[in-house]
Amino acid sequence: MINYILKRLLGIVPMLLGITLISFFVIKLAPGKPVILQQALNPKISLEEIRRLEKLEGLDKPIQVQYVNWISNIAKFNFGRSYGDGRPVMEKVLERLPVTLTINILSLIFILAIAIPWGVKSALKEGSFFDSASTVFMFLLFAAPTFWLALLLMQLFCIQLGWFPISGMTSLDFEYFSWPQKLWDLARHMFLPVLVSSLGGFAGVSRYMRSNMIEAMSQPYIYTARAKGLTENEIIYKHALRNAVLPIVTIVGLSIPGLLGGSVIFESLFAIPGIGRLFYEAAMMRDLNLIMAEVVLVSILTMLGNLVADIAYAYVDPRIRYSK
Amino acid sequence: MVAFLFLLTCVCFAQDYGDAIVSASIGDARNLLPLLASDTASSGVSGMVFSGLVKYDKDVKVVGDLAESWDVKEDGLVIIFHLRKNVRWHDGAPFTARDVEFTYQKLIDPKVKTPYGGDFERVKSLEVLDDYTVKVTYKEPFAPGLSSWSMSIIPKHLLEKEDLNTSKYSRHPIGTGPYKFKSWKTQEKIELTSNHDYFEHRPYIDRYIFRVIPDESTIFLELQTQGVDSAGLSPLQYIRQTDTPFFKKYYQKFRLPSFAYTYLGYNLRDKRFADKRVRKAINSAVDKNEIISMVLLGLGKVATGPYLPDSWAYNDLVKPAPFDPQKAKELLKEAGWTDTNNDGWLDKNGVAFEFTIITNQGNEERLKVAQIIQRRLKDVGIRVKIKVIEWSVFLTEHIDKRKFEAVLLGWALPMEPDNYDIFHSSKTGEGQFNFIGYKNEEVDKLLTEGRRNFDIEKRKACYQRIHEILYDDQPYMFIFVPESISILHSRFKGIKPAPIGIGYNFIDWWVPKDEQRYNRLTQ
Repeated sequence: MINYILKRLLGIVPMLLGITLISFFVIKLAPGKPVILQQALNPKISLEEIRRLEKLEGLDKPIQVQYVNWISNIAKFNFGRSYGDGRPVMEKVLERLPVTLTINILSLIFILAIAIPWGVKSALKEGSFFDSASTVFMFLLFAAPTFWLALLLMQLFCIQLGWFPISGMTSLDFEYFSWPQKLWDLARHMFLPVLVSSLGGFAGVSRYMRSNMIEAMSQPYIYTARAKGLTENEIIYKHALRNAVLPIVTIVGLSIPGLLGGSVIFESLFAIPGIGRLFYEAAMMRDLNLIMAEVVLVSILTMLGNLVADIAYAYVDPRIRYSK
Repeated sequence: MVAFLFLLTCVCFAQDYGDAIVSASIGDARNLLPLLASDTASSGVSGMVFSGLVKYDKDVKVVGDLAESWDVKEDGLVIIFHLRKNVRWHDGAPFTARDVEFTYQKLIDPKVKTPYGGDFERVKSLEVLDDYTVKVTYKEPFAPGLSSWSMSIIPKHLLEKEDLNTSKYSRHPIGTGPYKFKSWKTQEKIELTSNHDYFEHRPYIDRYIFRVIPDESTIFLELQTQGVDSAGLSPLQYIRQTDTPFFKKYYQKFRLPSFAYTYLGYNLRDKRFADKRVRKAINSAVDKNEIISMVLLGLGKVATGPYLPDSWAYNDLVKPAPFDPQKAKELLKEAGWTDTNNDGWLDKNGVAFEFTIITNQGNEERLKVAQIIQRRLKDVGIRVKIKVIEWSVFLTEHIDKRKFEAVLLGWALPMEPDNYDIFHSSKTGEGQFNFIGYKNEEVDKLLTEGRRNFDIEKRKACYQRIHEILYDDQPYMFIFVPESISILHSRFKGIKPAPIGIGYNFIDWWVPKDEQRYNRLTQ
């Protein structure tokens, strides 16, 4: 097992090199320059000034030299500085990470906590009114655009009912609050974003759960269990559910890189300073160092996520054995 | 009389201190050091923290800020600034001429990533005569140079040993302005507190909170719960969505000409557009009032030239040409464009008159303008195509490389009217701003004269004449000057709209004690 993990970990290095090489060149080949250097058509800023700024950023060198410079810095864990504000890229990423992670982990827990029981219930009552109604409901949720739902929820909860604040992470007088008040304030601000970012996920997970469960319930071992005279609860939760939940482990594993990827849309709507907007803006501004930092981060996490999913799979499913 | 005076003093002294103003912006600041701040959000915040030597007053005239007065000598070659005494930086250190010298040195330092060096490269030397006097000598007289000293002055004692490009002060600025920096939470908010020792007087409003809300519909929802005190509005929001009892009760709205205009620029290297008659024909064929009423819902003014309406450089005698498709057809006929094959489109030597208007992505307004132009030009037989291009590509691939037939864009209208960079024939090179390739000897001469003269009357004559020539020449079809519409919570008093806007007297705004909403914030 350990050998297997080590091998997989080593495999990440060449893969990463390939990914960065391709992304670096693709970004460079895309038309347009970092906007910050172009200064958005301002007659006060002359071409000579722009050339000088480009030189200061090392953007006047040939592309392969730029790549080698970049990759050798990465090897020293130096991701460079953002063109936008001159701050170290890692500082900017780390500053945004907690918010995005919190929201994504909360919403993942939320999704699993609601979608798994829901899917199980649907499966057990397959074909019933509850099952059909939840199918329709889940598909509606899945299909509804996030921004639209978010705006409707904001209109209802924040303006009509006045229960939650509309946007932002904290109230303006947050720093004068006591600890419990701070927690309460954060919870009030986080509720809608977490809800909105979960809604899409409900559909997927609950549908998976439903079909897995239906399949598990028709397996021969369930007949055996029934024949043994086990109670219905034991059959469902001890035998069927444990098998049905396996594919969900893969889904959760694969969603690890997604934990870091924010969503531009709801981050913008709720004015949340998350990762999604950071990278969206980086792409719009051609902020190369920042874009590349994201590429590296997301690729490493995707590969690690796959690995974790595989390992977890082996752990929960004794039929699968990797170590030989 | 005595009673009246008494009343007057009461009114004057009735202003209460306290409260906070929460403003919303769709973008966060990037860098609060004024030399490096090039986006609106950064300049907006750093403008409250720092001061320049001069500033613009409510009527868009240059007045002293950190400089109490100045003398222009040797026919404009030398400007001597007399600085205010007893001004202190927010950390308590005194402000002196050394800070001005330091700022200048950084502006022209090739290692500093400032885009604002251009105007200061014309300076031959800057000498500190004493702690409160600075002598600036120019290589040649340069009138816009005076207003370039509205550039914020940065503190020498703090930044001397810092690399400006990576300085920590870019996120923790210390200036001489009316507000002191308090905190910055990236992409969330920036907080400023009033500077009680500000050299004009202590601002009445204690806190300035700049919130980042990237989505305009969220800003609007925030207004509906009074979560935001000031924001910009779109014409639709101004006319319909805020026309409710709630908004009438809690907010006040302001309409003022914005410092910008939208235009259609022709590539004058294109033979068709090189013919002035064609340009005039297009101008007659397009109804600007129609564009204003449809795109801006009437909240704008027809533009006739590149100057701020009602400013000293603006020529009131230039009247917009009437909408007259018939005249347009005649002019086009004169220029040789007729519909010989009766297909509804004009042609000349067997080639139909067809051109593409390009504009940048993300600006719905411009797209709509282009569509109305397309429709109106169809009526006179010109086929127009529209292409919308992402901003960065738009600039590098089309504007910089001059790969366009016509371009729909806007220019900011700076308070200093000198537009040498945009219309002078020497500025048509790569990356320069006369990208349409306009050449007119008289305009060239007037532009040169306008920037060499410090006498405002002489300058006025130059720019008003340029205004006239440009409208007659039509290198651009000037379309409109939109209004900038802002909304402000009604508890703020003391706002006096003026040609420059409403923000110029911000330090005099105040909120009556019983209406203050954020007193918890002010310890």
